[in-house]
Amino acid sequence: MRPTLRFVLCGSVDDGKSTLLGRILRDTRQVFADEMERVTEDSRRYGTRRGAADLALLVDGLQDEREQGITIDVAYRALDTPRRRFLVADAPGHEQYTRNMATGASSADLAVVMVDARRGVLPQTARHTRIVAMFGVRQIVLAVNKMDLVEWDRAAFESVASPYRGMADEIGVAEVVPIPVSALTGDNLTRPCAEAPWYAGPTLLDRLSAVEVGQPAGERPLRMPVQYVNRPNPDFRGYCGRVAAGRVAPGDRVLVSPAGTEAEVESIVVWRGTREGAARGDSVTLTLKPDVDVSRGDVIVAAEDPLEVADQFQARILWMGDEALAVGRPYRMKLHASEVGATVTRIRHRIDVSSGQRLAAARLELNDLGVVNLATDRPVPFAPFEESRALGGFIVIDRATNATVGAGTITYSLMRAANLKWQDFDIDGEVRARLKRQRARCLWLTGLPASGKSTVANLLERRLVIEGRHTYLLDGDNVRHGLNRDLGFTEADRVENIRRVAEVARLMVDAGLIVVVSFISPFRSERDFARGLFEPGDFMEIFVDASLEACVRRDPKGLYARAMRGEMSNFTGIDSPYERPERPDLHLDTEKLTPEECVELVMGSLA
Amino acid sequence: MRRPNLPAHADCTLASLESEAIEILREGVATAARPVMLYSIGKDSSVLLHLARKAFWPAPPPMPLLHVDTTWKFREMIAFRDRVAAEAGVELIVHTNRVGLDAGITPFTHGCEHYTGVMKTVALRQALDAGRYDMIFVGARRDEEKSRAKERVFSHRNAAHRWDPRAQRPELWNLYNTRLAPGESLRVSPLSNWTEVDVWRYIGRESIPIVPLYYAAERPVVERDGQWIMVDDDRIPLLPGEVPQLRRVRFRTLGCYPLTAAVESDADTLDAIIAETLAADHSEREGRLIDHDGEASMERKKREGYF
Repeated sequence: MRPTLRFVLCGSVDDGKSTLLGRILRDTRQVFADEMERVTEDSRRYGTRRGAADLALLVDGLQDEREQGITIDVAYRALDTPRRRFLVADAPGHEQYTRNMATGASSADLAVVMVDARRGVLPQTARHTRIVAMFGVRQIVLAVNKMDLVEWDRAAFESVASPYRGMADEIGVAEVVPIPVSALTGDNLTRPCAEAPWYAGPTLLDRLSAVEVGQPAGERPLRMPVQYVNRPNPDFRGYCGRVAAGRVAPGDRVLVSPAGTEAEVESIVVWRGTREGAARGDSVTLTLKPDVDVSRGDVIVAAEDPLEVADQFQARILWMGDEALAVGRPYRMKLHASEVGATVTRIRHRIDVSSGQRLAAARLELNDLGVVNLATDRPVPFAPFEESRALGGFIVIDRATNATVGAGTITYSLMRAANLKWQDFDIDGEVRARLKRQRARCLWLTGLPASGKSTVANLLERRLVIEGRHTYLLDGDNVRHGLNRDLGFTEADRVENIRRVAEVARLMVDAGLIVVVSFISPFRSERDFARGLFEPGDFMEIFVDASLEACVRRDPKGLYARAMRGEMSNFTGIDSPYERPERPDLHLDTEKLTPEECVELVMGSLA
Repeated sequence: MRRPNLPAHADCTLASLESEAIEILREGVATAARPVMLYSIGKDSSVLLHLARKAFWPAPPPMPLLHVDTTWKFREMIAFRDRVAAEAGVELIVHTNRVGLDAGITPFTHGCEHYTGVMKTVALRQALDAGRYDMIFVGARRDEEKSRAKERVFSHRNAAHRWDPRAQRPELWNLYNTRLAPGESLRVSPLSNWTEVDVWRYIGRESIPIVPLYYAAERPVVERDGQWIMVDDDRIPLLPGEVPQLRRVRFRTLGCYPLTAAVESDADTLDAIIAETLAADHSEREGRLIDHDGEASMERKKREGYF
């Protein structure tokens, strides 16, 4: 049995979204005769089809919309087929109504992006694709519409489908299924098209019926935001909410986040009784034992898998306010059931919606998409949006007008304050790191001499410190002035050199620091040895890559010149090999990227 | 045109619609100063009340029911209303526009539009102002009508109870912005994503009591403009030569009896009603006379504060 599929219809204006929905509704017999009569009447008055029934009028329900022949706000329609219930959001295509489109996109499992076969991918197509991707949509059906107007020409179809695929790939949409359709004739919507024998794929409805959505319940630990505390009498305190992830059953150990108090689930109360279990999507009432203090905005989570708590975040924001987003201005932020004060402390960059380019920005205007740093006035429990829509998506509310002015998705917290009962632990690396509000790690930069390791390492550490992280930088050359002063360049000395540096890095990570190691470390076996000293995930191998020619050209210390003149032996790249990492955690091509861009990539991968 | 028969996904669909509606009810109540539920006695109101009882169990629904009584409701509706409110343990507030009543405004004397404006829209505004309600739960569904398909789950009304369809708040995920300035309110529709058939199936699944008028029975009716109007009491002025006749009829929606047409039907069980709903080729609102007057009448009424 397939659960309801929520999908959003989007794309540029006049690409035929409302017509397509109207057509599907009619062809799946979801339209009552009196509705159809009224559409026929309306078509004579407003229709764009010279008196013939304009099916877009089935869904363009506002007077302004019918008069102007456009879609202004999102319309929702339930659509029943024997195979599945659909909830369709028909989104407006005009840029000025982007916030209404975002409303429809936010809860969608899938997006049907429409493109006019004659006009191809437009800036608004790219904008909508970026917005649905930001809201977590990972499956797209590309409906290449108006194929009847290009005589069902395969080349015309391909010339839309293939550049779109490339763009979607870049944006990070996992799956794009392109389908040639005609909303006007209904071809390839609910029935195959006879005029395009070259197309062997599914019809739109077949595709939508077959798609798998959502994560299977129970695979993730329990998360239930508390919406409401039910206290009808002194003997009963129930915590009401909708299970956002995982399962719950009486007897389960849980934590109340952010306080971190532990309790046991006593019962799951439903109308006139109790039940034995609940899973993601269920609205329930829990009672706890002992009856600890729980308020609206708290999150009840699995005891063995606490939720992160933080008051500083990096987030993506779609700005929807008529007044621009201002850095430092106090807003309200609603994240699951908690409402807190929030300010944007920095706009990291704006994203150009058509090219995806990152642009410097001092403000975010209406319909701008950007990446920002946010600070809340108190710590809130959350999960990155990638992990959980319910715990990582938020809205921004203007304090003066109460308007909803922004929609955001949390990328990660800038300072971590993991919600563990830490007095239960001995003092270990995790406790030390938590005191510093960070996750300790070793970032191991390897690469040829002059590939850019020191430059990147230096910038990276500056960046980390600016964000309040505690760091240390171990540089190959500098270490040789002290700790490794006694070592030369023989094979044995080089191995010992690496061993000491890796051990020192491990101690520092255990002390809770983020350690940046900038070391040529040319041999795979040495790097693997270093990795083996750390917990999985605490060691990141970062390949700082530049061709030998480029390094020789740069040669800031004149060492390549000396090696080539034979004044130095065992010089990596000249008379000693460099074994390129086969599967580095991160690959930085310094011939293509600026040092700043490299740092951005490293910071992004630390999320 | 026929709709497909009962699909295999019906149980799963109902379960998720129920959870969503309960979430919406709790969110509204948690953030409201003075919540209220508009109770129209119809099947959607019955489902909404049932969901509120489930959402806040073991407490009774923490908001009163408000019924705007035009004095022209079917008598069976009024009896049902009083019984159900008492059983649910909720306060029932009944409001009638006394000014309109004293002015003698009836659906027969003043025309459908004027009557509805005075006895329903103005009456509702009076009742909402009197109660200073900020969170108003209603049983509206998006599949009822095109302008409702465009409306948010938490739909903003200004201090004059007006809806501005061009300036709706974006509504992202299930994060509802419930912030209001003094005098403003939200109309909250927990059944937004339900269809007419969902409502019937849920009534069956949960054994929710409904007004008997939904079931087919022999009732006295007269035919006017091709529609069957029930003679519920002697206030209906019979036209010359018009004689009430007994017909086997039922109602798909309920409202003021002079404005609500019956359909001929043999559906006297819930299963029969569901089968009839699935096979219907006309929408349920066809029986509501107020929807027909004027282009975009529902949107305009809502802008004026009608529910």
